[in-house]
Amino acid sequence: MSEKLLEIRNLHVTYRTDDDEIFALDGLDLGIGRRETLGVVGETGAGKTTMALSVMRLLPDRVGFAKQGEIFWEGTDLLKATEADMRLLRGNEISMIFQDPMTSLNPIHTVGHQIAEVLYLHSPGAAGGEIERKVDEMMETVGIPAERKVEYPHQFSGGMKQRIVIAMALACNPKLLLADEPTTALDVTIQAQVLKMMDSLKEKFDASMILITHDLGVVAQICDSVAIMYAGEVIETGTAADIFESERHHPYTIGLFGAIPDMTRKTRRLNPIDGLMPDPTSFLPGCRFAERCPRRMELCERKRPAMTPMNETHGIKCHLFGEFDGPSERRAAL
Amino acid sequence: MNGKATAAAPRLDAAERVRRYKKKSQWKTIWLRLKKNRLAMFGLVFFLVMTAAVLSADLYYNYEEDALSQHLSARFKSPSAQHLLGTDQYGRDVLARVVYGGRISLFVGLATICVSLTAGALIGAAAAYYGGKVDEVLMRIMDVFLAIPNTLMAITLVAALGSSMFNLILAMGISQIPRMSRIVRSSVLGIIGQEYVEAARACGTSDFRIIFRHILPNAMGPILVQVTQTVARSVITISSLSFIGLGISEPTPEWGSMLSEAKSQLRYHPHLAVAPGVAIVMAVMSLTLLGDGLRDALDPRLKN
Repeated sequence: MSEKLLEIRNLHVTYRTDDDEIFALDGLDLGIGRRETLGVVGETGAGKTTMALSVMRLLPDRVGFAKQGEIFWEGTDLLKATEADMRLLRGNEISMIFQDPMTSLNPIHTVGHQIAEVLYLHSPGAAGGEIERKVDEMMETVGIPAERKVEYPHQFSGGMKQRIVIAMALACNPKLLLADEPTTALDVTIQAQVLKMMDSLKEKFDASMILITHDLGVVAQICDSVAIMYAGEVIETGTAADIFESERHHPYTIGLFGAIPDMTRKTRRLNPIDGLMPDPTSFLPGCRFAERCPRRMELCERKRPAMTPMNETHGIKCHLFGEFDGPSERRAAL
Repeated sequence: MNGKATAAAPRLDAAERVRRYKKKSQWKTIWLRLKKNRLAMFGLVFFLVMTAAVLSADLYYNYEEDALSQHLSARFKSPSAQHLLGTDQYGRDVLARVVYGGRISLFVGLATICVSLTAGALIGAAAAYYGGKVDEVLMRIMDVFLAIPNTLMAITLVAALGSSMFNLILAMGISQIPRMSRIVRSSVLGIIGQEYVEAARACGTSDFRIIFRHILPNAMGPILVQVTQTVARSVITISSLSFIGLGISEPTPEWGSMLSEAKSQLRYHPHLAVAPGVAIVMAVMSLTLLGDGLRDALDPRLKN
């Protein structure tokens, strides 16, 4: 806990609707160290965004609740922090970059004002000139001429808007950057540009970054460690090397890799993982992936697997690697 | 910037001018867009002319002499060079009374909007932003108020408080709050789900700042239209109240009470009723047209 910047332990988050309770996060464990880049991968609905919102304590009012668990930020539990404390933290120590830059900038304020606002909020008493200088500096840092700070968001292109959002996020020199699919709304060439810039700025500002994405290629490029999420929990975690080079994987991870087109081989169709995610309103006693798992065992439907360490950094939540009822079963499975 | 100007001036100068042009652009573009809208410009010009006439009345009329004193020898004069709109049953100049009546109508209209906009914006924004119980309680209270017809409520309040100008403004302001707060609430609800509101919260912005800096300005369009309509409606309400004798009382000139006096003479001297009637219609119409045009012009998303 002490050496980690952020550590989420056994987090359960539910969304309550009129007639259902949806288990969005179901015992999530995640940690990130200083200056580390963590890639969080998983399909739609796995709880990636919910995780980010929980850290910011921005779950929708009266709908989303963190029922159980802890989120330690430099040793203090964010779930117990007051709203006023959280406000000081947001934007200042933890920043978030949203998915769609088109809508995450306020259309009626100039971009300069929007960057200045973050600075103003977190440095009360700072002189106007000082803030303006910092705004100019941030704009130049993300490669947009400072003169353009008097323009409105609609006068910028998508990639430029996302760079302004990044400038806003980094303006207060945060320790952690939460990037929720920052490039999904951009086209591929701009994606690469923005990611490269985020990576180098993260280095420059000495920050950690949690990158939420669907794109394993992106993860391989810029992440130090990876967490693979499925149905509200992390089912495999490790360094990038563990995930991309190790032999042993969770069947879901193997499935994910199987769904990536390989340029070197001639394939007619990709191999998607069959089936759908389990209904998030139901509570399964066993492994949540069991239904879709090609290597399902009888045990999987009864017992929830625990995280099993493969080495110091690599962990997998699967009975294939865990404690077994009998040794013969293990050999058969492997 | 056209090519000719750039070529004529030194390079550095051109860059500087581009910068200046962009700096000015915010209000300039709004103005340019408003200017293109003929109906709105008509409303604006008319409203300005009316305001100017009303404010400068003392230059060419004497309030006591022309609008109040009775000249019984000069009753029911037809329009002439001396009395442009003729005189009424007490021999007072109709145009002078219309102009001084406009002072009251416009002042009450603007004062009313201050009351109802302030209260309505606070209530509506709080209800929408905090939602849940806050929303429920505030809006049910507003529903109770809304169930009482506007004019009836103003009449009740004036009757209870006494008919002074201040009470009139208060009564009309209060009776407009429910409508205003509902408009504000609905437009705020539309903004609240936007990602930039969430992004603002993720930057650590306080609720107060989010409401006043990020949400309300974005919700301005419908509110602005409502504001101009409310001013217009207030003009009508004050006239109605005066018409039935609860608003501004004689001999103070007021459009509604002038109409009320003129109705008995409608058959023989229709111009007495036409003058304040047209004044009411023009005031209301110019404000409505201006409001509509402003909404289009102020919305940066419609910029092209």
